[in-house]
Amino acid sequence: MSTMRRAWRLTFTACALALLAACSETPKTTGAEAGMRLLTEPQYRQIIADVFGQQITIGGTFDPLVRTSGLLTVGASAARITPAGLEQLDRMARSIAAQVTSEENRDFLLPCAPADMRAPDDTCAAQFFGTTGRLLLRRSLAEDEVASLVRLANVATRELGSFHDGLASALAGLLVSPEFLFVIEQAEPDPKRDGALRLDGYSKASRLSFFLWGSAPDDELLRAAEAGELHKSSGLAKQVDRLLESPRLEEGLRLFFDDMLAFETIGRLEKDAIIFPAFSTAVALEAREQTLRTLMHMLLDEEADYRDVFTTRKTFISSALGRIYRIPVSRPDGGWMEYEFPEGDPRLGIATHVSFTALHSHAGRSSPTLRGKAIREILLCQRVPDPPGTIDFAAFNDPNSPAHTARDRLNVHSIEPACAGCHKLTDPVGLGMEHIDGAGQLRTNEDGYAIDASGSLDGFEFQDVAGIGPALRENVAAPACLVNRLYAYATARVPARNERKYLKYLEGEFADDGYRVPALLRRIALDEAMYAVKAPSTRTARVTDPVTGDPS
Amino acid sequence: MTVLLPRPVTRRSVLRGALGGATVGLSLPFLDLFLNENGTALAATGAPLPVRFGTWYWGLGHTPGHAIVPKTRTAAGIEFLTECQALKPHHDQLNFFGGFNMPLDGRSNYTHFSGWVASRTGTAPSTNSEIPAPTLDLLVADHLSNNNRFKTLDATACGIARENYSARSTNSRAAAEASPEKLYARVFGMEFADPNKADFKPDTRMMVRRSVLSAVNDDRKKLMQKVGASDRARLDEYFTSIRQLENQLETQLRKPEANQSCAIPAAPRRDGAEQNMPQGLEVDTVIANHRVMAQMMAMAVACNQTRVFNMVFSDNFSHMRRPGQTYTHHLLTHEETPDKDLGYQPVAFWFNCRTMEAFATFIDAFANIREGDGTLLDNTLIFAATETNYARVHSVDGVPVFSVGKAGGRIKTGMHVVGNGDPITRIGLTMMQIMGVPVDNWGTRSLQTSKTISEILV
Repeated sequence: MSTMRRAWRLTFTACALALLAACSETPKTTGAEAGMRLLTEPQYRQIIADVFGQQITIGGTFDPLVRTSGLLTVGASAARITPAGLEQLDRMARSIAAQVTSEENRDFLLPCAPADMRAPDDTCAAQFFGTTGRLLLRRSLAEDEVASLVRLANVATRELGSFHDGLASALAGLLVSPEFLFVIEQAEPDPKRDGALRLDGYSKASRLSFFLWGSAPDDELLRAAEAGELHKSSGLAKQVDRLLESPRLEEGLRLFFDDMLAFETIGRLEKDAIIFPAFSTAVALEAREQTLRTLMHMLLDEEADYRDVFTTRKTFISSALGRIYRIPVSRPDGGWMEYEFPEGDPRLGIATHVSFTALHSHAGRSSPTLRGKAIREILLCQRVPDPPGTIDFAAFNDPNSPAHTARDRLNVHSIEPACAGCHKLTDPVGLGMEHIDGAGQLRTNEDGYAIDASGSLDGFEFQDVAGIGPALRENVAAPACLVNRLYAYATARVPARNERKYLKYLEGEFADDGYRVPALLRRIALDEAMYAVKAPSTRTARVTDPVTGDPS
Repeated sequence: MTVLLPRPVTRRSVLRGALGGATVGLSLPFLDLFLNENGTALAATGAPLPVRFGTWYWGLGHTPGHAIVPKTRTAAGIEFLTECQALKPHHDQLNFFGGFNMPLDGRSNYTHFSGWVASRTGTAPSTNSEIPAPTLDLLVADHLSNNNRFKTLDATACGIARENYSARSTNSRAAAEASPEKLYARVFGMEFADPNKADFKPDTRMMVRRSVLSAVNDDRKKLMQKVGASDRARLDEYFTSIRQLENQLETQLRKPEANQSCAIPAAPRRDGAEQNMPQGLEVDTVIANHRVMAQMMAMAVACNQTRVFNMVFSDNFSHMRRPGQTYTHHLLTHEETPDKDLGYQPVAFWFNCRTMEAFATFIDAFANIREGDGTLLDNTLIFAATETNYARVHSVDGVPVFSVGKAGGRIKTGMHVVGNGDPITRIGLTMMQIMGVPVDNWGTRSLQTSKTISEILV
């Protein structure tokens, strides 16, 4: 734990009462209905790692989620499980269960050993499902539920002639059960407010844990939920503090930024091997790691102003990345080293990292349009309209065009009325990043022609890519975007209309806190807004004809 | 109002009728009944040969004027131009559908998206990610019996699992098998039961798995009470998936019928070496993977592992590329300068030609498998379509569509069908009816149609 974080915590503890008093000024929200969301792939992986250890490997393919309000986590709140998707999840569940009960792992993952390896042992099975089931389902299991799993393991053991195979079969069933795969929130009457609802303790625990750790609640958080402590300010604060101080916070925050920065596709990012020989899948994955390391260092270790992530020269470099950045990396172990881009180097902030610039480019060249769109949509939470469906591309196809650089080519966007509206949002931003090529490497010319890399973002003019970071840092939309994304991530849904005032308030508090992310996380996690639920709508769900899509 | 017929129609129901001078599909008998009259039977059991349905997808349409010679009226004979030369040997196994429109009723043409969504769901999307209704392959799969291991089998040669143009809704879209190795492992891996193996012993582990899934299903009622109406629908879909998996296990616990057409293909390996095949969007890689996956998919169908399949050659934005070139296929369609003499964008055209060659490869894979008195293709119906007519301008009217195969003798082939501006949904409606789905009209708003393309019905 860094000194700064410890100091912050002490300050918080001392001022707890003052903070709680301040809560009275917090705009009230009514939230949304209790939800049901599918575990995202990172959450699924994190839970398995937390419960069974990092040594458990997970293969297979997850059904794709629809990015909603900028986050896959929000898309998961509407996601369904297809037959093919379930088949994959079933295969993963069996593989995980087999690894958990394997000879290599059983001694430290199972709480007991059977009396006879080839026969059922209901006592041992009950012990296993009582503890493991609680962590996987994020609640204590009722006696009959444990009994049902034990019975299943018993029958399977008799059929297969192996206690561990039988246990694995029942565990696989648990891992494919809807209560594991979906986080199903439950509301209950709020004793403090007549007729109002609140999330039950377990649901609160899950929201909190997935928000801060990107994973399921641990034993202590479940205990606090069972004891009703999360319904009390002091009990909630104690747990929030504990989660924030845990090393697992870093993993949780990494998962958030991985989602926000749309890094889920970076592992299959392709670049043309002839044009960009230094680029590879390994480089792409390490580029992601570089940005996440930079963010964690800045935001957690140094508790820096969030806006500084757009201008920092500090970062981390690996050997593979050294080839792209053209930096000698003397780490024979292939590890990471801290690095600071020297004065005069135009690399400032995460938007100039390989992860961002290569991800938002084509396979064989850069793309000012894609980069401009990504800056606006991912980092500023702005919406760039879809391109119109009927565009006359004749102007792009002019054989006499003197287009040598991207700026020359994209000039058509500004003179073609159908294009100009949207491209004026994207191109001036992206053209300012043209000193970085499609693989994230610095350059000053394109095919021998000097690049004019001047750009602008919402009135902030700059001369080259060194200006994009300061332009983002000074843009009020950047910290507001983080607030909105974090809140949507915490609640795993699109913020409701009744939460707009609260979000504005949160943006103000973020500024007052010096744009310190741990403070923002704490505020969100402590505010009632994050847990507010309202009664289900009495309106009947719209049912549509499966063939025609008509209401029926 | 559009309705699903409440119950299956009996044999010899009315196939066609005339209404206002137009040919209208009223109802169709179930496929198996039809097959008793026109199909052939499995030699081993005397059971009718199953008819299968599939889709084949390619991105970025055609080069108008250089693919198929347009016609003014529906007639036998398809005239293939340079871009489609590879299809010429398959003339008698194809139909081409041209001149069908895609009215969007004021909704945006979400580029490279509206086209495939509207032609496959019958409804134009209202956002750039909405899939407003199930795609037609799933409607066919829902209708066909569940006696096969997989309800549908989806694969993509472009290496991106989410590029699957089959979905039940926006939030219910399965990942496709994105590599030959993954497709092979899923179909012909450890759980494949060879129908031609003399001995068969039900796998105890599968019986146990079935019991486990059955136990999961037992919680259904209790859980349904815990959630709101919209989430109930999602849970319901989950439990449907559980039942599908149970059904899959059921089929694997039965001894498969001997099947002379079924021969387990060799596991895919790069140049015979112990390495996976290369992945990526470099065009030769996509073509190589597609060739292997086509053969595997055809064999999966021949081995009765599924009756419905979806194969994607290139994604809707076709990110295929040539080594050392800065422009992808998609970028070329917009930014390449057309050759004055040729009248088209030569490199984009080159990609389109490779695409049609791949299509021919896919057809070959089915045509090369003997089944009954004919081939697997004779007992298959493939809906092959793209999302745009001319990618350069994103037009969605006149999107080219092919049908492939004879569907067990239920469809005429070698026809060039002219749409005369009718909604493109007429093609999907007719395909579903051929597959026995009891639907008398399909689509919404201006895409709604009840007009079967009777000219291609036998």
